[in-house]
Amino acid sequence: MLTKEIVIKTDKLTKKFGDFIATNEITFEVYKGEIFGFLGANGAGKTTAMKMLIGISKPSYGKAQVAGFDVYKQTEKIKKSIGYMSQKFSLYEDLTIKENIQLFGGIYGLSDKEIELKGTGLINKLNLQNEADKLVSSLPLGWKQKLAFSIAILHDPKIVFLDEPTGGVDPVTRRQFWDMIYEAAHHGITVFVTTHYMDEAEYCDRVSIMVDGVIKALDSPGELKNQHNAKSMEEVFIMLARSAKRGE
Amino acid sequence: MRTLLFLLRKEFLQIFRDKLILRVIFVMPVIQLILLPFAANYEMKNISMTAIDHDHSEYSRKLINTFTSSGYFQLTEVSKSYNDALKVVEDDKADLIVEIPQGFERDLIKENQSKIMLAANAINGQTAGLAISYASTIIRDFNNDIRVEWIQAPRMNAQPIIEITSSNWFNPKMNYKYFIVPGVLALLVTMVGFLLTALNIVKEKETGTIEQLNVSPIKKYQFILGKLIPFWILGLIVLTIGFVVSFLVYGIIPVGSFLLIYLFAAVYLIALLGFGLLTSTFADTQQQAMFIAYFFLMTFILLGGLFAPIENMPDWARYLTYINPVSYFIEVMRMVILKGSGFTDIIRHFEIIVLFAITFNTLAVLNYKKTT
Amino acid sequence: MLVLLGLPIVQLLIFGFAITTEVRNANIAILDNSKDEATQNIIGRIESSQYFDIDRTVKSSSEIEKAFKTGKIKLVIAFQPNFQNELAHTNKAQIQIIADGTDPNQATTLTNYVSAIIMDYQSELNQQNSVPYTISTEIRMLYNPELKGAYSSVPGVMGMILLLISAMMTSIAIVKEKELGTMEVLLVSPMKPWLVIISKVVPYFIVSLINVATILLLSVFILGMPIQGSLLLLIAETILYIICSLSLGLFISTVSDTQQAAMLISLIGLMLPVVMLSGYAFPIANMPIVLQIISNLVPAKWYIIITKSVMIKGVGIWGIWKETLIITAMTLFFILLSIKRFKIRLQ
Repeated sequence: MLTKEIVIKTDKLTKKFGDFIATNEITFEVYKGEIFGFLGANGAGKTTAMKMLIGISKPSYGKAQVAGFDVYKQTEKIKKSIGYMSQKFSLYEDLTIKENIQLFGGIYGLSDKEIELKGTGLINKLNLQNEADKLVSSLPLGWKQKLAFSIAILHDPKIVFLDEPTGGVDPVTRRQFWDMIYEAAHHGITVFVTTHYMDEAEYCDRVSIMVDGVIKALDSPGELKNQHNAKSMEEVFIMLARSAKRGE
Repeated sequence: MRTLLFLLRKEFLQIFRDKLILRVIFVMPVIQLILLPFAANYEMKNISMTAIDHDHSEYSRKLINTFTSSGYFQLTEVSKSYNDALKVVEDDKADLIVEIPQGFERDLIKENQSKIMLAANAINGQTAGLAISYASTIIRDFNNDIRVEWIQAPRMNAQPIIEITSSNWFNPKMNYKYFIVPGVLALLVTMVGFLLTALNIVKEKETGTIEQLNVSPIKKYQFILGKLIPFWILGLIVLTIGFVVSFLVYGIIPVGSFLLIYLFAAVYLIALLGFGLLTSTFADTQQQAMFIAYFFLMTFILLGGLFAPIENMPDWARYLTYINPVSYFIEVMRMVILKGSGFTDIIRHFEIIVLFAITFNTLAVLNYKKTT
Repeated sequence: MLVLLGLPIVQLLIFGFAITTEVRNANIAILDNSKDEATQNIIGRIESSQYFDIDRTVKSSSEIEKAFKTGKIKLVIAFQPNFQNELAHTNKAQIQIIADGTDPNQATTLTNYVSAIIMDYQSELNQQNSVPYTISTEIRMLYNPELKGAYSSVPGVMGMILLLISAMMTSIAIVKEKELGTMEVLLVSPMKPWLVIISKVVPYFIVSLINVATILLLSVFILGMPIQGSLLLLIAETILYIICSLSLGLFISTVSDTQQAAMLISLIGLMLPVVMLSGYAFPIANMPIVLQIISNLVPAKWYIIITKSVMIKGVGIWGIWKETLIITAMTLFFILLSIKRFKIRLQ
C-alpha cells in the first residue's frame, strides 16, 4: 500500500435517540479499494453508524466525510457515489431481473446504452441468461443476493455499503459472494461490509469491532489475532464482546 | 425527468403484474356500480302493511284496495285487532298498520268526517317517514275521489281553491338510480385512488425497497410524482369504466360536458392522492395504513352527502363537510351529469378543490422524509 | 389500535346526529309575478317555517334553470300573475312548484311540505264553511316516536364494527404471520395449532367487547336509546355474533396468502355486503329479489334483526330463536371449513 487515499473519514460521529446513545463518538478511516469489515453484536450500533454514512440518518454530532462529501450537507452527492445493499433483500420481487437492472440503472443516471451493455454483462457473469425475464421472486435466495450486489455496483460507485449481505445463505453461495466482493475491490471499489459471520471477518483487509456503540478494536484480522493471542477472529470477538452491557 | 420515467415504468409494471390490484381496479367498479344503486334504493316499493278493517263497508274495502293497487304497499296480513297488528310488526312481517274504525263509512257520510289510524315501524325513521307520506297521499287522493263522486260539480267552485301543480326537473321520472349512480361513481374513484396510494408506499416500507430508493440520488419530488402519476391515471381509467357501465346499465349520459367532469376529476384526484400519500407517510405497516384509510374513507363518505342530504345535517356536521373533499366531488358529479351545470356554476367547488390539492400535497412532501 | 376504538364512536355520532332526512334550511327561490297580499302572505308563511330559507327571488322562468344549475336551490315556487285577483274573482289561482328532481326523495318531501303550507292558507280562507267529507289521519310512530336516527344506526354500527374488527382484523393479522413466515415457526412449536389460532384471536375478541360496551353506553346515555329487553340476552347474542365473525376471519385467512388479498377480500367481500345488504343502510324490501336472497347469507343481517328486537322491541329469546340458530349454523360452517382448509395446508 503505497498511497492510502482516504474515502471515508469520521470524527467523533455520534447518534442519540433521546437518552440512548446508539453510536458513541466513533472515529475511523477507510481507504480506497479496501474491504472494511464493520463488526459488532446485534444492537452494537453498526446499522445506525452505516445509515449516517449513507445519508439516510442525520448524526447528532461529530464529523464524517464519505467519498469526499460531508454527511450533513452533501448527502445527495454522497448518494450518487455509493452503492447500498441492505440486510432486508431489497430488489423489487414483482419485477423481472432485467426490469430491476433497468430501474436502478436509470435511477443512477446511466444512459440506455450503458444499461444495456452493463446489464447484459451482469447477466452473463451471473449465468442468468435464461432467467433474465423471470420475476426476481422466483429466484433462490443466494442468487437474489448476488444479483442485488451486482446491481448495487452497476453504476461503478466509489464505495459500496453492504449491510449483512449473506444472512441466511448457504456456505457455498457465501464463498461465491465473497469472490464477487474481492473482484469489486480489485476494480477499486471500496467495500464497507457489516457481518456477524466471523469467518467472513477473516476475508476483510481491516475490521473494526463495535461494542455498545463504541469501536473497541480496529486493525487487520491478523494483527487483531496477534494482539489478543487468539487463533481465530471468533475468539477475538468473544473476548471483546464479553464486556457488552446491551443485550439483544 | 429521465429518472421519473424510470420510476413510472416501474410503477406501471408492478401494477399490471399484480392481478389483485387489477381486479380491484377493473372489477370492483363494475360490481359496485351494478350492485349499489339497486341496493341503495330509497324509492319505496312493496312496503309491507297489515290492515285492520273494523268497518267492513264498501268504502273501507275500497280504501284498502287503493293501498294495494298503488304499487307502494303490499298487504301481507289482515289483522283482527290492533294488538294482533302490533304482533305482526314485531315479527317483522309488516312495517305499516292501517286501522279503519268501525262506522268509518257512516261517519263520513253523516258527520262529514272520519278518522283513519296509521302506525309505522319507526325504528328506521327515514323509511317510516316515507311510508307515512305515501300513505297520506293515497288517503288524500282517495278522499278527493270521494268528494268528486259525492259532490255535484257546480258546488266545487263555491270557495277559493289554489291549484298546486308540481313538477320535478332534471329527473322527471323521479328515478332514484339517476341520483345514486353519479354519487357511487364519485365514491368508487375515491376509494380506488385513495386506498391504492395509501397502501402503496407503505408496502415499499414493509418490504424494505423504500430504503433502497432512499439511498439513491432520487429527488423527493421525483419519488412523489412517480407515485402520484400512475394512480392519477388509474383513477381516470376507473372514472371512464364507470361512465361506460352507467351508460350500459342505467342509460345515464351526462347532460353537461365530459370535459368539465374530467377536468374537475383530474384536480380532485391530485388532492385525493395527496391525502393518500400523507396517510402513507404516517403509517409503518399496511395494517396501520388500512385502519387510517378506512377511518377517513368511512367518515368522508358518510358526511359526503351520498345518501343523506347535507343541508339537512346539523350545523356542526355541515361545517365538517366544508373540509370534506368527497362532498365537493359528489356534488359536482351530480350537478354536471344530471343538471348540465357549466364551469361558471361550479367555479367555487373548483377553487376549493385546487386549494385541497395544494394543501395535501405540500403536507405530504413535507412529511415524507428520506432521512430519519 | 386507537382507530379501532375511535371508529365506532365517530360512526355512531355521525349516524346518531348528522345523518337525518328531517328537512331544515332547504334553499328555495320564489318567482312572484303578482306581488299582492295573498302571495306575500303565502311567502311569509313559507319563510317563517323552519324548513325553508328563501335564497333568492327570480324574475322570470328563464332564470329558474340557472338558479338550479348552481346547485344551491332545491325548489322554486312560482305564482301565476294576478294571483289574488284570480283567486277572488274566479275562485281559482295557480301555484307551480318546481323541484330539483336529482334527489327524488328530497324533492318529494319538499314538495309535500310546501303543499301543506299552501293548503293551510287555503283552509284558513275557507274557515267559514267547512270542507265536506274529510278523512283525517292519526299517525303513530311505533317504537321510535321521535324518529331518532340512533334507533336504526346503533344496531347497524354494531353489526358492522364487530364484523370489521373480528373478521377483517383477525384475517389480516393471521395472514401477516403467514407472509412473514412466523406462522410456520408457531406451528412447528409444541403449541397446539388451535391454541396458536386462539391466541391470535383473543385480542380482537377483547377489543370487540370494549367496543360493544362503548357503543351501548353511548347509545343509552347520549343518544337516548332504550334497552327494552334483557341486557344479558343482548350480550349473549353479541358474543355469539363476535365468534361468528372471528370464524369468518379465520376462514378468510385460510384462503388468502397476502395481507393485501385479505384486505381486499374483507373489504369487497365483507364490508360492502354488510353496509349494503344487511338492511342497515337500505331497506331490504326495496331491493330486487336476487339481492334479497343474497342478503340472507350476510350474518350481519340476522344480528341486526336480533339487536333491534331485543333493544327496541323488547323481545325475548323466543322471538329471535330462528335468527340465533342461523348465526350458530354459520359459525359452525365457517369453523369446519377453516379446519378442513387448514388440514390441507399442513399435509
